[in-house]
Amino acid sequence: MARSNKPMLWLPFAGGGLVAALVTPVLILITGVLVPLGVLHLRYETIAAFTHNPIGKVVLFGAVALPAWHAAHRLRMTAHDLGLGGGIAIKGACYGMAGLLILAAAGALIKM
Amino acid sequence: MSRRPYVRRVPRSWWLHKPRYVLYMIRELTSLFVGLYCALLVVGLVRLAQGQAAWDGFLAALSSPLGVAFQLVCLVFAIYHSVTWFALTPKAMPLVIKDQPVPGIVIVGAHYVVWAAVSIVVLIGAGI
Repeated sequence: MARSNKPMLWLPFAGGGLVAALVTPVLILITGVLVPLGVLHLRYETIAAFTHNPIGKVVLFGAVALPAWHAAHRLRMTAHDLGLGGGIAIKGACYGMAGLLILAAAGALIKM
Repeated sequence: MSRRPYVRRVPRSWWLHKPRYVLYMIRELTSLFVGLYCALLVVGLVRLAQGQAAWDGFLAALSSPLGVAFQLVCLVFAIYHSVTWFALTPKAMPLVIKDQPVPGIVIVGAHYVVWAAVSIVVLIGAGI
């Protein structure tokens, strides 16, 4: 039987969907509502100190990378639903964009 | 191994014909806004790594009318993703404890409890 690489795509997809469901709304609430209203201040020192901590790095990386992968996989499937699927271009665009975002996030966090 | 999935030709507007299909497409398109918001977060991390001035500029952009409008749209889609994702959990991972299937409403309810707890922890961590 041919080996499938689907579990490799599926596990982060499901994990990313869960992280996106649990964490993304409150992050948007903070950056998109509470910071603009002046309720929260996300000072540079506070956020920088959080990213200096290895656990902080991992938490932030997970909060960005997993939903990004989830979005890439789901967008590819949705493109298929819209009759755009099958080609290497859609695959490359979705996973490529997510890969770039994940690398940029990792780079920035390592630099902190 | 090369794979050439069969793509059946369908009118691109097939999902507009039934409310169920429209809701399905909205659910799937939540991923676009989750992805775009992730991109915004990555910009934030890159700006953070560039130092205080860059970070303050990023915060100002978040609070600009365009920044707020974009994020409010993302928030609506993100909440729709959460609600639909939790609704699917009893089907995606049915749970059996001591030979008894756990009712779907318990599995969904547990996800809402965890959602509330995670949100409160993040808000406290962010300094509310």
